[in-house]
Amino acid sequence: MAKTNELGLTKTDYKGAPTTLCQGCGHNSILSQIISACFELDMLPEDIVKFSGIGCSSKAPTYMLQRSFGFNSLHGRMPAVATGALLGDATLTGLGMSGDGDSASIGMGQFKHIIRRNVRMVYIIANNGVYGLTKGQLSATSEVGLTLKKQGTNELEPIDICLEAMASNATFVARAFSGDPKQVKTLIKAALHHNGTAILDIISPCVTFNNADESMHSYTWGRDHKSPLQDISFIPARDEIMIEDFEEGTVQDVTMHDGSKVRLKKLERDYDPTDRMSAVHIIEESSANKQLLTGLIYVDPSRPSLTDMLGLTDTPLNRLSAEYMRPAKDSLEKINAEMF
Amino acid sequence: MSDKINNFSIKVGTANGSGSQTSNLTILRAIFKMGIPVTGKNMFPSNIQGLPTWYTLRISKDGYTARRDEIEVMVAMNAKSFERDVAELEVGGVLFYDDSIKLPIERDDITLYPMAVKQLIKEAGIPSKLRTMVSNMVYVGILAEMLGVDMEKIKMALDFHFKGKAKPVEINMNIIEASAKWAKENLEKSDDFSLEPMDKTDGLIMADGNTAAALGSIYGGVQVSGWYPITPATSLIEKMNYYLPQLRTAKDGDRTYAIVQAEDELAAVGITIGGGWTGARAMTSTSGAGISLMGEFVGFAYFAEIPIVIWNVQRMGPSTGLPTRTSQGDLNQAYYLSQGDTKHIILIPGSARECFEFGWKSLDIAEEMQTPVFVLSDLDLGQNQWASKPFEYPDTEMKRGKILWEDDFENFLEEHGEWGRYKDVDGDGIAYRTGAGNRKQGSTYFTRGTGHDTFANYSEDPDVWMKTMNRLTLKHETAKEYVPDAIVDNVEGAKVGIIAYGSVDPAIIEARDLLEEAGLKTNYLRLRALPITKTVENFIKENDEIYIVEMNHDGQLRDILRTIMPAESTKLFSSTLNNGLSLTAKWIAEDILNKKEK
Repeated sequence: MAKTNELGLTKTDYKGAPTTLCQGCGHNSILSQIISACFELDMLPEDIVKFSGIGCSSKAPTYMLQRSFGFNSLHGRMPAVATGALLGDATLTGLGMSGDGDSASIGMGQFKHIIRRNVRMVYIIANNGVYGLTKGQLSATSEVGLTLKKQGTNELEPIDICLEAMASNATFVARAFSGDPKQVKTLIKAALHHNGTAILDIISPCVTFNNADESMHSYTWGRDHKSPLQDISFIPARDEIMIEDFEEGTVQDVTMHDGSKVRLKKLERDYDPTDRMSAVHIIEESSANKQLLTGLIYVDPSRPSLTDMLGLTDTPLNRLSAEYMRPAKDSLEKINAEMF
Repeated sequence: MSDKINNFSIKVGTANGSGSQTSNLTILRAIFKMGIPVTGKNMFPSNIQGLPTWYTLRISKDGYTARRDEIEVMVAMNAKSFERDVAELEVGGVLFYDDSIKLPIERDDITLYPMAVKQLIKEAGIPSKLRTMVSNMVYVGILAEMLGVDMEKIKMALDFHFKGKAKPVEINMNIIEASAKWAKENLEKSDDFSLEPMDKTDGLIMADGNTAAALGSIYGGVQVSGWYPITPATSLIEKMNYYLPQLRTAKDGDRTYAIVQAEDELAAVGITIGGGWTGARAMTSTSGAGISLMGEFVGFAYFAEIPIVIWNVQRMGPSTGLPTRTSQGDLNQAYYLSQGDTKHIILIPGSARECFEFGWKSLDIAEEMQTPVFVLSDLDLGQNQWASKPFEYPDTEMKRGKILWEDDFENFLEEHGEWGRYKDVDGDGIAYRTGAGNRKQGSTYFTRGTGHDTFANYSEDPDVWMKTMNRLTLKHETAKEYVPDAIVDNVEGAKVGIIAYGSVDPAIIEARDLLEEAGLKTNYLRLRALPITKTVENFIKENDEIYIVEMNHDGQLRDILRTIMPAESTKLFSSTLNNGLSLTAKWIAEDILNKKEK
């Protein structure tokens, strides 16, 4: 008998159509972790809405959460659609899946502006440093010196998605490696409980076009260079917090908007992910050191989301009845009278 | 009534950004409140301050509201445009001019009234920072005295403009009264142009199309709107933002709407589509350049069948074109927008009152048809003030179309056994959608711009693709039953028809009178929507020849009609002029008569 969660659902209830991505694609591993995270968090699949743009990353939502609504939008335009849909029904939990082409090139403007609006959603960038669906072109996150079969060697400086997110005043910025499923899952859980746009830059190797050992988006490189900021765990609000005996200064709990906690255990260095300057600094530092920095880089659970700022009704807009939508007749008489 | 009483045009030449709009609107409103039919048109440059700008008022005892080329009364406040302003006056016309303009006036066929603007401002002791603004009030006072504008009505206009704030009303009123007094003492009336009260504006209001559209959308229940600033559409959303808090705030203070200024038009329409997809009412507003940017998304919404409304307050294109000039050049763009085969529903209001009506109606039609609906207004209709019957409260309940929430979904399953997002159950091409956020298991689906079957699953099957396109074609046919029908005015014995749409309407009304005077009776059809209805087909069949009058260069509606009715194409003639100015009746009548002779 399959294991069920508190809703009585099995993991199968969170699965999608069989994947058509390449065998070994990093994205498949991300999908598994999303499925696990949603299952373990006892989320009703119908409460989740999936969004994506165009590209291999954006095909992925078909292969998870089949019971959820999904919106496979245009190339680079997922953020706008998600903004509108999550205003239409602010009780839905948005889960977006984009890629480096989708977000760091064609959709860079939308990527930065949804962050600026702080729309409550998880925004995953499955970052493989290459255009897969069009068969192996360089992307904006390809590192200098990357040589691809038909494209030659990249000479342009890469765009760092986390740094761009920080520059846009993101309230949740994390980086992970799809070869480290446990960390991916925990970060997804934390992101799902963030009241704002949660940016998750997940280095997710493309086994077909960009997986040479020396490539900075490959499995080998990721395994050899990953540098976790913390040992991270997620504690939902309903769980009693276990008082453990930690050594002073080794654990930091970040309380999310809904009372859940992200517990960060110190590894090699002291790091406070609520400090903006440290976040920017550590991204730059790891980049200079050619390290794959992973973990929760920055979080600010206090900033209001777009929905908070707009002061919307508790009933989602798409459920309001006509009496809330069409002002009464006498109001128009007043307006006509006020016209000259 | 002499033909010089309540029957002439005034043109005011000033510098942009000098505050002359307040003066001009004050004159317009005062004359309107005197019961005299009047329309005003702002002719402004794409500039914030400094370039020449003009305002024309047409006063017409017969109620004509179209633009005229002829100017009988000129107010010249700007030295930069003085020479051409003087030259433009009709023979026998009247020139009021700022006497500090020391340029020669080489005409002896007009009446001259120099205005001591500087002296009056100086004597009034106006603080220097207000002088430019207030100096434009001098001509309001002088015109009031010399033409007979009712001072009480001027006060009413100022009270309205300044929303009852006593101080600015007082400052402006003082200078107006001083100027009128000065004119009485210093100018001798030696022309025959004058204004006399009538009762022809009783029961009418003054409004611009963008305000009307904003209010119509609010009464239509608009909830989600992404938008981006663009001339001349910006004021539509700004008016929505102005009226929404008072009209659509719930009792507990929460808002029933979300208006988001986006980063560009792509995002604006994307946000709107996201909202429409969930079952919230969604609209956006832009102009042609913005529509170009929205193209890919509109094709998506058409193919994925997501209801949204897009207002296009048209300006001159192609490209940046003339951003502050009016046009009807975006009909083809709207009708066919997107790659692949698309035909969109288009509504075309012909008055401010109809902007209100189509504001709410378009939201109904979009949801009923599950598709983008364009509403084509234009700068002239959208930004200028029009006398209008009061806005009429919607005469039907909100029509939400075939949308299934939890209970509806269960009932649907009971009745039909299964549900597919794109399954045509009723045979009208319109399938049943579930609102995103329907929590019933099985009600969800995956929305995509790629090929999809009746269950919204990805499909590359040629047969599936054909069936989708055929259903969309059927849906477009069905739309003919939902869109506002054309309005026809047939005249006994007439064999010649005129087809026009939008803001050209006032000019057609007048042109038909001119044509009749010249011995040509005409029938008239005012198109209010695409796809065309049976009424349009019949009109074309019933008339021997048809002149399609539009403000674009190529005759875009004529081309669309020729495509739809190829057998009738030889009798469809194009009468077009697209130079940034709204059409005059005189030009239309002459063009039709010239073409008829050939």
